[in-house]
Amino acid sequence: METSALTLIELGAILLSLGILGRLAGRIGLSPIPLYLIGGLFFGRGGIIELEGVLTFSEVASEIGVVLLLLMLGLEYTAKELVTGLRQSWLAGVVDLVLNFTPGVLVAVILGWGPVGALVMGGVTYISSSGIAAKVIGDLGRLGNRETPTILAILVFEDLAMAIYLPVLTAVLAGLSFAGGLSTVGISLLVVTLVLVIALRWGNAVSAVVDSTDREVFLLTLIGAALLVAGIASALQVSAAVGAFLLGIAISGVTAENAARVLEPLRDLFAAIFFVVFGLNTDPATIPPVLGFALLLAVVTSLTKIATGWWAGARQGIGRMGRARAGTALVARGEFSIVIAGLAVASGAVVPELAALATTYVLLMAVLGPVLARFAEPGMELIDRVVKRTPKAVPAT
Amino acid sequence: MNVIETKLPGIGVRREIVTGSGRRVGIVSQRDGEIDLIISKASDPDACIASIPLTADEGATLGNLLGSRQLVAQLTEEHRDVPGISTRQILVERGSPFENRTLGETGMRTRSGASLVAVLRSGEVQASPSPDFVLAAGDLLVVVGTSAGLDTAADILRHG
Repeated sequence: METSALTLIELGAILLSLGILGRLAGRIGLSPIPLYLIGGLFFGRGGIIELEGVLTFSEVASEIGVVLLLLMLGLEYTAKELVTGLRQSWLAGVVDLVLNFTPGVLVAVILGWGPVGALVMGGVTYISSSGIAAKVIGDLGRLGNRETPTILAILVFEDLAMAIYLPVLTAVLAGLSFAGGLSTVGISLLVVTLVLVIALRWGNAVSAVVDSTDREVFLLTLIGAALLVAGIASALQVSAAVGAFLLGIAISGVTAENAARVLEPLRDLFAAIFFVVFGLNTDPATIPPVLGFALLLAVVTSLTKIATGWWAGARQGIGRMGRARAGTALVARGEFSIVIAGLAVASGAVVPELAALATTYVLLMAVLGPVLARFAEPGMELIDRVVKRTPKAVPAT
Repeated sequence: MNVIETKLPGIGVRREIVTGSGRRVGIVSQRDGEIDLIISKASDPDACIASIPLTADEGATLGNLLGSRQLVAQLTEEHRDVPGISTRQILVERGSPFENRTLGETGMRTRSGASLVAVLRSGEVQASPSPDFVLAAGDLLVVVGTSAGLDTAADILRHG
């Protein structure tokens, strides 16, 4: 069979099965990300069916997926929201970073994956899935809750932290020297600041450049600009993803809303391919050896996220139920953990087992997060009841 | 009245008031245009007992219903001395024959004897609208007249 025919058939089969899996996920109220990963595991290297024909296309498509994921993330927030968010919630953000980065680092050290592996795993366990968290908040009717701004502020902080973390990671993965790494970090800090200033002062001008009333022209301009910026950023070794993220931030107002609307279906398509490709490149046989560590990380980092939300909630004067809701809403990890692990695996600078651990971990957390968020209130009531029932020692008078 | 405005990054804006009974009531305006009516829970003031998505129409109508009471109370007070005259609010329903048509076309005053004193739309009061005022679904008309006249006026708006 011709290669192109084979590619089309395989790609069609994969997308079709993803559609079915997505429908299944929707029916049971689950994020589709874990199912996409499982789909990838099935089709890929060492899986039940090996598909090789689509690999060249899907590698490029998955790169585009990452760019679109980050571009959409940037579009979601305005520069003003990022700056005020940073000012109000930096302490909670730092607590979040310390509590949730550390478990990943420790596990990587225990497994002997070296400093690079530690940096990657720290990122994987640190970053919550803002996509899953926002969906959970909306689905559970918590938009009006008092703890919701606290949760969102932490997510905003995490996304800004990504803008610093990803260039650092890219530099380290490329094996740059310490001085080279420092200069990359310097460049990226400078660029991030510059973009924030530009977006705050001249956001309308940037929007005007990409804006168009013609849908087709608008779409092509947007994607063209995003890929160009991402490519240039990548050539400067400042991480393609961050370039796209910053472009998203620079686009503001109505243009940003329209852009998000136009790009959403494309993001969904390419991001799905990205998750599948990540799964494809993960050999299912490497999962069992790291399963124990994935479970351990799942338990520990659920607790550390709950602690983060609890602490941040308490600082805002929110009651115990609200603190539990804030903590559990942050538990889900998803797209960005896979983006980080994907960058690392693609660079070849880490052991293949890291892909297996990251996949298993995200599979667990993307399912566990929404479940914990849903049962935060009954869970707290149960804990309260158990605590109250425990007979207290009555001091003798 | 103090309206508390909270930015919800990535989602939209929440505007709420705290009622005398200590409950939070407000609106979440999402970026994609969706409006949610939120009402806090009595047992857990941080949480919400309801978060109800409203269409633009529904939101505007609810605003009219809430905002009109004061106006109607005032008008009723003014007409108290005139026996047999009362004030009523009549909604222009979706699918009403006069939706998107002018007030003059209804011929309400000539046909029912009742007079329209104000139109409430999107929480705003349009006092003494002129005959070329175009009616829209969700408008709440404040009409003054005799009981029979008011019934006729409501019937005109509904059935033409």
